[in-house]
Amino acid sequence: MSKTKHFIDQIGLPRLIIGLFFIILIIASVPLGLPMDAVFSDILRRWLMYSILVLAMVPGIQCGISLNFGVSLGIVCGLLGATTAVELSSQNEGVGPWAALGIALVIGVVLAAVLGVLYGLLLNRVKGSEMTVSTYVGFSIIALSNIIWLTLPFKSGELIWPLQGIGLRNVINLEGSFGGLLSDPTVTSTQPFPLNYLAFDIGGLTIPIGLILVFALCSFFVWIFFQSKAGVAMSAAGENELFTKAAGISVDRMRILGTAVSTILGAVGIIIYAQTFGFLQLYNAPLMMSFQAVASILIGGASTMRAKISHVAIGALLFQGIMSTALPVVNKLMPNSMLPEVVRIIVSNGIILYALSKTRGGHQHEK
Amino acid sequence: MKNNGWVKKFRSFVFENKVMLLFVVLTTASIIISGLPLTVIAGSVFERFGRNGFLVLALLVPVLAGLGLNFGLVIGAMAGQIGLFFAILAGINGIPGMLVSTLIATPLAMLFGWMVGRLFNRMKGAEMIAGLILGFFADGFYQLFFLFVLGGVIPITHEGLMLPGGIGVKNMIDLKGYRMPLNDGSGGETVKGFIEGAFDKLPIGDLITAITIAVIVYLLVRGVMVMMKKSTFGLRDLALGIAAAVSFSLLQIPAIKQLLKINNLNFLTTLTIVLIVIAVWQMARLVYAFILHKREGTEKTDVEVKSPSDVLSQSPDQKFLQKSDSRRSLLILLLCAVIYGLTYIPPIRTIMRFIRIPVFTYMLIAGVCYFTRWLLRTRIGQNMRTVGHSQVIANASGINVDRTRVIAMMISTVLACWGQLIFLQSLGTVATYTQHVQVAQFSIAALLVGGATVQKATTKNAIIGIFLFHSLFVVAPEAGKQLFNDSQIGEHFRVFISYGVIALALAMHAWKAKIKPNLGISAVTGKSDKDNSKIAESS
Repeated sequence: MSKTKHFIDQIGLPRLIIGLFFIILIIASVPLGLPMDAVFSDILRRWLMYSILVLAMVPGIQCGISLNFGVSLGIVCGLLGATTAVELSSQNEGVGPWAALGIALVIGVVLAAVLGVLYGLLLNRVKGSEMTVSTYVGFSIIALSNIIWLTLPFKSGELIWPLQGIGLRNVINLEGSFGGLLSDPTVTSTQPFPLNYLAFDIGGLTIPIGLILVFALCSFFVWIFFQSKAGVAMSAAGENELFTKAAGISVDRMRILGTAVSTILGAVGIIIYAQTFGFLQLYNAPLMMSFQAVASILIGGASTMRAKISHVAIGALLFQGIMSTALPVVNKLMPNSMLPEVVRIIVSNGIILYALSKTRGGHQHEK
Repeated sequence: MKNNGWVKKFRSFVFENKVMLLFVVLTTASIIISGLPLTVIAGSVFERFGRNGFLVLALLVPVLAGLGLNFGLVIGAMAGQIGLFFAILAGINGIPGMLVSTLIATPLAMLFGWMVGRLFNRMKGAEMIAGLILGFFADGFYQLFFLFVLGGVIPITHEGLMLPGGIGVKNMIDLKGYRMPLNDGSGGETVKGFIEGAFDKLPIGDLITAITIAVIVYLLVRGVMVMMKKSTFGLRDLALGIAAAVSFSLLQIPAIKQLLKINNLNFLTTLTIVLIVIAVWQMARLVYAFILHKREGTEKTDVEVKSPSDVLSQSPDQKFLQKSDSRRSLLILLLCAVIYGLTYIPPIRTIMRFIRIPVFTYMLIAGVCYFTRWLLRTRIGQNMRTVGHSQVIANASGINVDRTRVIAMMISTVLACWGQLIFLQSLGTVATYTQHVQVAQFSIAALLVGGATVQKATTKNAIIGIFLFHSLFVVAPEAGKQLFNDSQIGEHFRVFISYGVIALALAMHAWKAKIKPNLGISAVTGKSDKDNSKIAESS
């Protein structure tokens, strides 16, 4: 009896329930006659598509700003980079898809680094209420970006509304620029030798090697970072502020660094997301994206104080796995149903609430 | 020296009210840029005040109890919408429809409020973020209920309300009602579920009749109590009785009956009536104070003989009180006269004539203002204030902290539910799946614009906030169009403002809470006080 309890404790009840739900969904899709190769391709694609956005949560949690709902800031930076890249690639013949991806990443990362530092400065002033403040900073930034999308002086027909002549579209097709370079076999097959292996089909199952490489690279970078002196100091700052201060480490600087890295990863994350998805979604589309990322890492087993890269991988897999399998399964059972969307809302917000009640409850008892 | 004091006072006033002042500037600028006639702006602002006033006031109680801004308002709004749905499904029109909605929704709201309060007690210190997430979480269940349970689990057949498949509710619920065949076999049709404007368009005559009946019932109850010798009739009962009799007999005159069929007053009339009522009330007070003064003057000589020491300690104090009271009454009378004089200025008069006041809705809003103030004087209100001040102190003085917080949440949720019902009957349609989503967002933004903080919010903040915030809301699209040739920019700008003002208020709250220890030290040294305010101002 105690052994099973220990087992449950180790995995965590929510993770266990959601894991079982995921397995049930996969098993259920077999008798329903769903094409299993397509189902698994979709799981793989969505898992990796979201993983970097989820990874962006790790530095935030580790440095002590807790769940970074304000990752929207990074997302907007990434979107700005991506739109600029699309504009450049459609106006200049010389800018190919790879150059476009590079431009998008460079602009996104630079912007995110600058804004991330400023955002970190703000969060240092509101210690203890980071989550509420960051949520509303995130919302504000998305609302502000809506005004930016309407006023950007871009000319490309792919970006702007055809009639008004100003204002970017809601959804921008990335086919002409960097869409699918890392994940879509139909795109990669037109590329020269080593690049055409970035995504390929094996018996119907699509393997997006490019995405796996990018995720591995980013994870490796974050892992290395946390092995470095700065990273260790940052983890310490997040864990015990007083102790860290006594050890002569500037807690505030560590928090700024962590926030900036989180914001940068948010920018990279949305660009990778968009290139996999094939479309850029502007305006209010990214409004709740940070909530998905937060929910994912919590499902993966992270708390509001500690997070590891393994939590990212597990969390993104479980969360996106459920999303990508629930859709076809439910559609088979009751067509045109909104059920998966409703389940997503309940699961993602329920898990955040659960995590909040855990940490704050524990905090109270310590007092 | 005196001058210096004024400057200091002015500076601290600006600093304390910076969000509000910023909004005054922003709103004024937008009004000028938009070029819209003031009559139009004022008309829609007062309409929006009637719609949103109740919802914003629902936020006050949790702030008092230290729970911060109640993002869980959304949940009360959901309860209201559930109640309204069933009332329309039952095909009840008008005021009875609203009453049935309220009867269904209120117990639900109480239950939800209790649950939210219990949850918040598990997450002390994180109520706001928890409330926000809880709103989204509850939205999931709300969608589940309206998309699958209604029609799927609970069998419902209603062509107008339900989706074609019979499972799930349509995106839009029309409060203008739905055409239904008559049951008498004549093949005729009738409209059922017409609730739009049930409160807003309630004829004033009906309202007065209802109030008169309520007063008569109250007096009858009092009469029974007097007969059972548990109470005695007082001056107030007599006044009420006379007022009820007069209004009832006046209502029998056909001309007045015809006149009172209108359902709203323009602002000019409303203001005149309100000013007259206030003036009469203050005059009555003056007269009363005068009589009391005279009577006490004669009584005092008697008392003085009995115990001189008692009078010595009391009489100057009493005299002072009366003096300041009468002075206040006189001041109010003067103010009434000045305001009434102002209404004769032509532009103001025109604008005021354009503003329509839905009487009953405004009375309800006034009622909830009064309720909030009354609550403060009760034991539970005092407990809430103590809990809001310090849970440790409250606990030490024997207050059940958790229970007080739960009650605060229940009150807020029920008020939010009623507020949403008032909002919806005014609007006339319900966007089934999105109507409640922004409720907390916009209400909180309006309250903060009025100068409220996470720890302190009054009815005054709420009222000023609604006017400022909704003025900006009305003119922003047009101002955007004039400035950038694109009304969408104005629309996005007002959304940005509503998010931004909350972000700003939360950040300033957290910041202030953080520098508080420093302020404590600076109060002693005196010198660094300036430095601190400089730091705070540079934000």
